[in-house]
Amino acid sequence: MSVNQKMDSSRRTLLVATSAAGGVAAVAAAVPFVASLTPSERAKAAGAPVEADISQLAPGQMMTVEWRGKPVWIIRRTPEMLASLEATDTLVADPESAKPMQPQYAQNKHRSIKPEYLVAIGICTHLGCSPTDKFRSGTESGLGAEWKGGFLCPCHGSLFDLSGRVFRSMPAPDNLEIPPHKYLADTMILIGEDDKA
Amino acid sequence: MTISMIKTLKRFVAIALFAPALALAAGAQLHLDRATVSSDPAALQNGAKLFINYCLNCHSASFVRYNTLTGIGLTEDQIRDNLMFTGERVGDLMKIAMRPAESKAWFGATPPELALIARQRASEFGSGADWLYTYLRKFYRDPNRPTGWNNAIFENVGMPHALWELQGQQVATVTENADGTKHVELKLDKPGKLSVEDYDKAVNDLVSFLVWMGEPVADKRKSIGIFVLIFLAGLFVLSYALKKNYWKDIH
Amino acid sequence: MTTKSQALLNWVDARFPLTSNWKAHLSEYYAPKNFNFWYFFGSLALMVLVIQIVTGIFLTMHYKPDGTLNASGIPIAFASVEYIMREVPGGWLIRYMHSTGASAFFIVVYLHMFRGFLYGSYRKPRELIWVFGTLIFLCLMAEAFMGYLLPWGQMSYWGAQVIINLFSAIPVIGPDLSLVIRGDFVISDATLNRFFALHVIAVPLVLIGLVAAHIIALHEVGSNNPDGVEIKKKKDANGIPLDGIPFHPYYTVKDIVGVVVFLMFFTGVVFFWPEGGGYFLEYNNFIPADPLKTPPHIAPVWYFTPYYSVLRAVTYPLFGLDAKFWGVIAMGASVVVIAFLPWLDRSPAKSIRYRGPIFKSALAIFIVAFFILGYLGVLAPTPGRTLTAQICSVLYFGFFLLMPWYSKIDKCKPEPERVTFK
Repeated sequence: MSVNQKMDSSRRTLLVATSAAGGVAAVAAAVPFVASLTPSERAKAAGAPVEADISQLAPGQMMTVEWRGKPVWIIRRTPEMLASLEATDTLVADPESAKPMQPQYAQNKHRSIKPEYLVAIGICTHLGCSPTDKFRSGTESGLGAEWKGGFLCPCHGSLFDLSGRVFRSMPAPDNLEIPPHKYLADTMILIGEDDKA
Repeated sequence: MTISMIKTLKRFVAIALFAPALALAAGAQLHLDRATVSSDPAALQNGAKLFINYCLNCHSASFVRYNTLTGIGLTEDQIRDNLMFTGERVGDLMKIAMRPAESKAWFGATPPELALIARQRASEFGSGADWLYTYLRKFYRDPNRPTGWNNAIFENVGMPHALWELQGQQVATVTENADGTKHVELKLDKPGKLSVEDYDKAVNDLVSFLVWMGEPVADKRKSIGIFVLIFLAGLFVLSYALKKNYWKDIH
Repeated sequence: MTTKSQALLNWVDARFPLTSNWKAHLSEYYAPKNFNFWYFFGSLALMVLVIQIVTGIFLTMHYKPDGTLNASGIPIAFASVEYIMREVPGGWLIRYMHSTGASAFFIVVYLHMFRGFLYGSYRKPRELIWVFGTLIFLCLMAEAFMGYLLPWGQMSYWGAQVIINLFSAIPVIGPDLSLVIRGDFVISDATLNRFFALHVIAVPLVLIGLVAAHIIALHEVGSNNPDGVEIKKKKDANGIPLDGIPFHPYYTVKDIVGVVVFLMFFTGVVFFWPEGGGYFLEYNNFIPADPLKTPPHIAPVWYFTPYYSVLRAVTYPLFGLDAKFWGVIAMGASVVVIAFLPWLDRSPAKSIRYRGPIFKSALAIFIVAFFILGYLGVLAPTPGRTLTAQICSVLYFGFFLLMPWYSKIDKCKPEPERVTFK
């Protein structure tokens, strides 16, 4: 109590100023500690864009490259596979890819720069499992006669079509994500970087 | 107290007083030429070029990424085009293809990793830079060594003179000092591509680069430090005034 | 205070002794008003402990206690330290704070202990505070020794090799004991992993417990002061010591000044002189550990060198046991003897201000001997140096073991009734 009564104005000013400066010091001291929690140079180097040579990729085949520790699929679609997208259009949750799961240049029905090649991150948008490819259509696929080809997530059974669009009423909320990418040449794709950035 | 006790005490005190002098004597001396460590980007870039061309074949710098060289004023494109082999990425570490076990078989010892060499070689005789500056200028021809090379400050060194094209060849006259230590006098026998002054400058650039590589953050560290100290000086003034203000109550 | 926050405080106080603890340890803990410069180092030691714990936690997030070699032939533990220094954002700063903090801890603690020597802070009724303090010092030595192995450089490796081999000097159990400590026949990955576990969790837990005991014991009996008189002997009508002032706010604002000045020195080293001329970070420790090659000259880190000198000073075998064993005993005794100070000192006066010339000289000789021992510990031994170390070791132990005699016959001045405060 006695301290409060004697709290003259200069003491109050000094107390506020010292506390404020001490607060600044505490925040500044926290900077290196918080910074140390962010990705290191090693992580950034590992997350650098990767080049993928697609010259050996046959129609109807898929290849996987690793980018930032995640599987990135490159699928070379046949005309029949592309045609299946028309049929699945009415069955998928987000046919026009309205949600921002892809860069601008892939916001179309085939969800890619060139219709023939789909580049997508092979991670289910539900809880992060990697779906398996079920390219064969019909009963042979084990997914019923109506199956037009696509992907099945083994964890909770989400189904995606050949553009990575999720079917309606599935655990997964969104279409598969399309990473930023660009063509360095006709048969060379750079994943992780595009011209916009 | 008897006189003999006093004498013993006196002797004790004398020994205690001269103890540091006793302790200082002894120990071999190593005379090093002084390097002029530069932080000039042009010198560091020249040093980087020398390092990558002459050192990075046998020695690695496996803690350093190529893109760290942006810290000495190079752009990523310059690094990629001038300093790297094809197939490497600018984010890659400066590793070498030679495996440690193989190089041990070839040279008798694995060539040391060089990222920290300037920090390792510091001693009471001089900085790590001084040691490296002297070492790289003191190679001489020695037919008794398997590599044909020896070094005046690193006897029976395993490394051949990697920069001999630039420096040329020195020969040594070895004499014995009075205390039994060896004294090596060097003379330039066949000149290299560079004059003596230019070679010294090139080695200085290379050493400056090695110092930089030992701690690339060093410059940033010091510039942050100045701000921290200025801030703390201000905080000291405030906290001291606050203490004075409170303590005027105490009588 | 608003009624709402008062209500909250009441709610807490009914369930947890918040206000009463605040009063007992801060706002109504009465400390002598005549503390001088030497009384900063207790709070500073606490400050450094906090720095070490916080930086240590963040370092463990990136450090790998692994002695095996990576593809480039570098031990993974060593490489992970360089990874922290170069690749983790802000990592270099955290690591330098931790490495500088280790040296700062010993500087602060040595000064804190010297304060005790000066003003008789170990005397009755503060014997237990002193004993806890000595145990803290021992813990700190263990903590520093085990932490020093973790960077897995040449000095880490060979320093640990030498110190662990000391245990093998103990008769009968020695060789097996050092084997159990190492977990291998040489210092190896197994040793590194157990030292990591002990350094980051076991010893710090003990250390924090001892620090708590040290402070609780202090607040039970109250602080000593530069005059060495008990302020509790003279109280006012309310039972408050006449020469006491509330710790908070008077000593909190004063200790803040101390902390700021300390931080100026500390950050000065961290930002401009982190290697400390090869004493805070040794040059040879930038070379990865190599079990096949001992560096030409190995010396312990500077804060261990006085005791290391005592160890090396013992060169005579005795009672059929070799000199190595007695060296270990002497080194251990040089630390443990400090704990017995409360019972060795028989002087009527506590503070050096009222002590006679004999104690003052004895303390001066002790300090000089301690510094010489410390200096000799970083140098390679020669016959002259060994003799000097032997003389200084005798002076070191003489200070303690002769104290019951010389402190009693010393001519002391009368202690004052009240503390001196200008």
